[in-house]
Amino acid sequence: MIANQLTKKDSKLSMAHMWVAFISLLIGGLMGLLQTLVRTGRFTLPFGIDYYQILTVHGVILALVLTTFFIIGFQFSLMSKTVGMSDRERVWAWIAFWVMLVGTIAAATMILLGKASVLYTFYAPLAAHPIFYFGLTLVIVGTWIACFVNFHQLYKWKKANKGEKSPLLAFMVVINMIIWFISTIGVAATVLIQFIPWSLGIVDEINILVSRTLFWYFGHPLVYFWLLPAYMAWYGIIPKIIGGKIFSDGLARLAFILFLLFSIPVGFHHQLLEPGIDPFWKYIQVVLTFAVAIPSLLTAFSMFATFETAGRAKGFNTLFGWFKALPWKDVRFFAPMVGMIAFIPAGAGGLVNASNQLNLVVHNTIWVTGHFHLTLATTVILTFFGISYWLVPVLTGRKLDEKTNRLGIIQTIVWAIGMFFMSGSMHIAGLLGAPRRSAFSEYNGSEQVTEWIGYQYGQAIGGSILFIGIIIMMYTFLYMTFFAPKGVEEFPIAETAEDAEPTPMIFENWRLWIGIAVVLIAFAYTIPFIDIIQNSPPGSPTFKGLIGNS
Amino acid sequence: MHLHKYEKMWMLIGGGALLIFLIMLGVGAFYQGTKPPSCLTTIDPQNVEAHDSFKKENLGMQQLDDNRYVVNVIASAFNYDFGTDEEGNVVRTIRIPVGSEVMFQGTSTDVVHGFELAGTNANMMLEPGYINTVETTFNKPGTYTFVCNEYCGTGHHYMTATVEVYDE
Repeated sequence: MIANQLTKKDSKLSMAHMWVAFISLLIGGLMGLLQTLVRTGRFTLPFGIDYYQILTVHGVILALVLTTFFIIGFQFSLMSKTVGMSDRERVWAWIAFWVMLVGTIAAATMILLGKASVLYTFYAPLAAHPIFYFGLTLVIVGTWIACFVNFHQLYKWKKANKGEKSPLLAFMVVINMIIWFISTIGVAATVLIQFIPWSLGIVDEINILVSRTLFWYFGHPLVYFWLLPAYMAWYGIIPKIIGGKIFSDGLARLAFILFLLFSIPVGFHHQLLEPGIDPFWKYIQVVLTFAVAIPSLLTAFSMFATFETAGRAKGFNTLFGWFKALPWKDVRFFAPMVGMIAFIPAGAGGLVNASNQLNLVVHNTIWVTGHFHLTLATTVILTFFGISYWLVPVLTGRKLDEKTNRLGIIQTIVWAIGMFFMSGSMHIAGLLGAPRRSAFSEYNGSEQVTEWIGYQYGQAIGGSILFIGIIIMMYTFLYMTFFAPKGVEEFPIAETAEDAEPTPMIFENWRLWIGIAVVLIAFAYTIPFIDIIQNSPPGSPTFKGLIGNS
Repeated sequence: MHLHKYEKMWMLIGGGALLIFLIMLGVGAFYQGTKPPSCLTTIDPQNVEAHDSFKKENLGMQQLDDNRYVVNVIASAFNYDFGTDEEGNVVRTIRIPVGSEVMFQGTSTDVVHGFELAGTNANMMLEPGYINTVETTFNKPGTYTFVCNEYCGTGHHYMTATVEVYDE
């Protein structure tokens, strides 16, 4: 079984990422709790801390720092496990880690000093301190180094194993990092070319619509960068945990290739209500957005096919008997499974957000916040927690014992209940018109607004339950790191079913798929982007005072 | 690559539903004219008065004919400027007869703002440098609240105004 394990050096690398991720979870979660409390109107932040400052911390530290560090650490472990990591690659991986960490600390310092309350979507022409933008640049540069380490790992493996198809999980990691690399070019462009010179005072004006378009070119693939590692666990790890096989290696790869093609040229669906963008091109990107639902439909089928096949193989042959055969008491399955179930309403809500006309009802209301607390903060995070229950013991040379398992199951239930209340009341309040990204306000004091405030209590109740969930998770993390019994925990990697069809080799044709992805991006963005630049209004100066950065 | 029979059915139903939904959205937008707010007109944010609609006297509600109105608004942190009434008081409440078709037309003089009339489908982004418009019909009397739903600074949640839809 020792051969099953990662080397000490590889473990240390991934574990460093886990530490940053879980510390971020605690800080970011606390900010979230405070936000829900402020929004009841019964609680004021101490020491003159501004609501939008903690909102910025919450968004940056959970959506960017927690996710990025967890994903890159998890992906390094998958790559080490399936294709190996050389000493030189490991040096570069550590450089990536430190560059990201230094960038994170720089940006976080500016937020804490109140110089960068611009939320994580930047909001030009609100202007933060230049160091905030430099810090975020470093985070991105660090992830790029990690990208190329992963690319090099697979390249080396392919050279040593000519003619063989790459290991499924390594294939998936590389797809995710290609999506990340292509999409971060947009945010890097707006930060380096627009925000930094403008915030330093080298140029006087910023083109707002260009900056927003470049941001959302990155902002939607970003959510797939979060989701795909969860899919890696669903496709490549869960089948092993439930004692089954991968339903189809080819379908799994097909789903990931479709994500590569369709997850990027869709940013306009975040800008549906903005002036200056032709409605024809908005609709084109709405169509492409819907196309990205296809690989998720494929995934849903593959998952339940895997579950049913595994159950029937164990002798549960009635129509739904196999459902009972699933290992509900194994947290490695239970937590991601609850996440999967949450993805059903979450995905449906996503289609609502992305559609041309329905978007008028929900745009920038707290419905949207409710939506991504189902997708990111339930589906993705519960899967990440589900991964960490075995990954952290693997990395620390300990066992997933009965206590960890019990804590994990309680944590999952607490999380599901908390999110039901919080996300549920966000969805309803949003439909009634309550805005997102807003501190407590009675607005014009009308009856309509009073109705929203009732749901804000619901959010505070849900938020408090979720924070209890975070405390349980932090305790479990520390227990798994320092106190769980020593031993050898399995790194579960699923195998393909024996009777599965061979995977077409065309899936390994990187030039082809990256080429099509680039063509689709060029199709969806070139003409509207040229339009935006040609028809630009006068640019905007910096506005610092409005966010207290002066 | 082989696809399971059930999988083909599943993808056909799922993909088909998406396609039908997309066609509905497309027909709605381009045949029935319910496009999302996407006005392409630009404006100098430092000098919005140069545009007729945003001259002081043209702000607020303007009647076009029997039951059609335009409401012009200038957003700035943290206020919606609907001009002044006959007595010279600042307009905080817009009164609209029930059944009216209203086009809201706005722009921003500083940062990005949201313009949402809660309880209706009037919702759009106001960005410096652009005019944006959204139309809605008021079929139900009552009090409606304008909220800025796009972060615009520390006073963002105080940015509001009121619409009163009245029975004649």
